[in-house]
Amino acid sequence: MRLPKFEYFEPKTLEAALNLLTQNGNNAHLLAGGTDVLVKMRNGRLKPEAVIGLQGIEDLNGIHFDSGKGLAIGATAKLAEVASNPDVLKHYPALAFAAGVMANVQVRNMGTIAGNLCNAAPSAENAPPLMAMGAEVALANLQGDRRIALHQFFRGPGLTAMEHGEIMTAILVPFPVPKSGASYKRVSARCGVDIAAVCVSAWVALDGEVCKDVRIVLGAVAPTPMRAVGAESFMREQTWTQELIETAAAQAVQESKPISDVRASADYRKKMVAVLTLRALEQAYERAIKN
Amino acid sequence: MKHHINFSVNGDDYSLAVDPWRTLNELLREDLNLTGTKLGCGTGDCGACTVMVDGRTVSSCLTLAVSVNGKSVTTVEGLAPSGEELHPIQESFIKTGAIQCGFCTAGMEMSALHLLNNNPEPTEKEIRAGLSGNLCRCTGYNQIVEAISVAAEQIRDSEHEKEER
Ligand SMILES: Cc1cc2nc3c(=O)[nH]c(=O)nc-3n(C[C@H](O)[C@H](O)[C@H](O)COP(=O)(O)OP(=O)(O)OC[C@H]3O[C@@H](n4cnc5c(N)ncnc54)[C@H](O)[C@@H]3O)c2cc1C
Ligand code: FES
Ligand code: FES
Repeated sequence: MRLPKFEYFEPKTLEAALNLLTQNGNNAHLLAGGTDVLVKMRNGRLKPEAVIGLQGIEDLNGIHFDSGKGLAIGATAKLAEVASNPDVLKHYPALAFAAGVMANVQVRNMGTIAGNLCNAAPSAENAPPLMAMGAEVALANLQGDRRIALHQFFRGPGLTAMEHGEIMTAILVPFPVPKSGASYKRVSARCGVDIAAVCVSAWVALDGEVCKDVRIVLGAVAPTPMRAVGAESFMREQTWTQELIETAAAQAVQESKPISDVRASADYRKKMVAVLTLRALEQAYERAIKN
Repeated sequence: MKHHINFSVNGDDYSLAVDPWRTLNELLREDLNLTGTKLGCGTGDCGACTVMVDGRTVSSCLTLAVSVNGKSVTTVEGLAPSGEELHPIQESFIKTGAIQCGFCTAGMEMSALHLLNNNPEPTEKEIRAGLSGNLCRCTGYNQIVEAISVAAEQIRDSEHEKEER
């Protein structure tokens, strides 16, 4: 049950971390909160020779909000800090809810959003609300920085668009446009503690009663968090009615590709996609009309 | 290579060298002999290993010892530093029958402390949410929830008394 042996580095700057990561090649692994990494190391699924702790890098810390630029969540900001941040609660309630309901108190005090995204579990809970709100992630390597849309980030279970030598420095969420709103809904066997069996996030932008734009993101029902693009395009430019969202929810079920596993059967997951998509759209609408 | 770390546990300062692959749980139990903190699952699920680092609860089984360099750790032993007078949380756990085998107790009490530090007047729902990372195989939780609400009341009463004096 002990951890395998490794060398540990705690760089103080991003540059030092990038150098260490490049020098150590595939034998190096980054550590943020460790709630995924250390579990994998204990189970023998991960045996890095060098572990690079990111917690000591001051530039990666903190949550910054600005009504022009929006929200920037540093890579080492804890889930609990995100969930209780006043700006996140006010302007990004779907994210505050997702980060504050997942896992348990201790894991939220240790884990990070960046770790959750980079770990790239199909059920990663911060992915749906962030994708729905149009988030981007900032990546850095020794050559420079780049930004990519979160919906282009996930490539498969545990696989992302990040290349070796890259570090995620921040998660960037645009300032919500007027008359837009987002929501997050999940089901799991034991309330928050258990990883979500299905989770759904919705974001809508209204023009009067017309659905100007919408994003519907499903988690834990495909190899990666996925957008229900068919349901989205069905709703765009349509007048908001109960029938519209019910049909969109049914369309989202068609697009989902769940498997059966210990947490739920594929059949149950499909049924929950319908229920949660409907609820997520309802709440996103409620928030949009008040915004 | 061992790393040299400086940190405090329950107010006592330590300075020692640790291997990077050792967890905070191993450091506390094996090197410092603070065996009040337990080891259950080792994977973040049960909460038996819960301690506070800089005022926030963490699972000591998923915390590297090297990462507490410069930080202050509180364990269950720190709840009643004199070893004689118990903390109100400990008193109420005993009084309400919230302890059976006791394996979960240290972790439960640390989670209770974290909860009450942040929310001195929690509802039952908030207490249960605050214990979401702690499993108990014996009590069925009801007595633990009661213990925490009794402790909350007691802590509030004694704060009032202090203010009036
Ligand atoms: C008991 C328990 C319950 C859990 N419940 C849930 C749940 O309900 N929902 C859920 O979604 N997850 C859950 N998790 C999983 C985990 O807690 C989350 O995924 C968490 O957000 C991971 O963050 P971390 O900082 O601990 O990541 P780490 O474990 O430190 O890292 C995870 C991965 O990301 C990489 N990484 C981290 N930071 C960076 C960076 N800045 N740049 C590049 N790569 C990076 C690491 O190298 C590693 O591969 C649970 C875990 C436990 C132990
Ligand atoms: S032993 Fe750490 S959570 Fe179970
Ligand atoms: S008292 Fe035995 S596990 Fe809680």
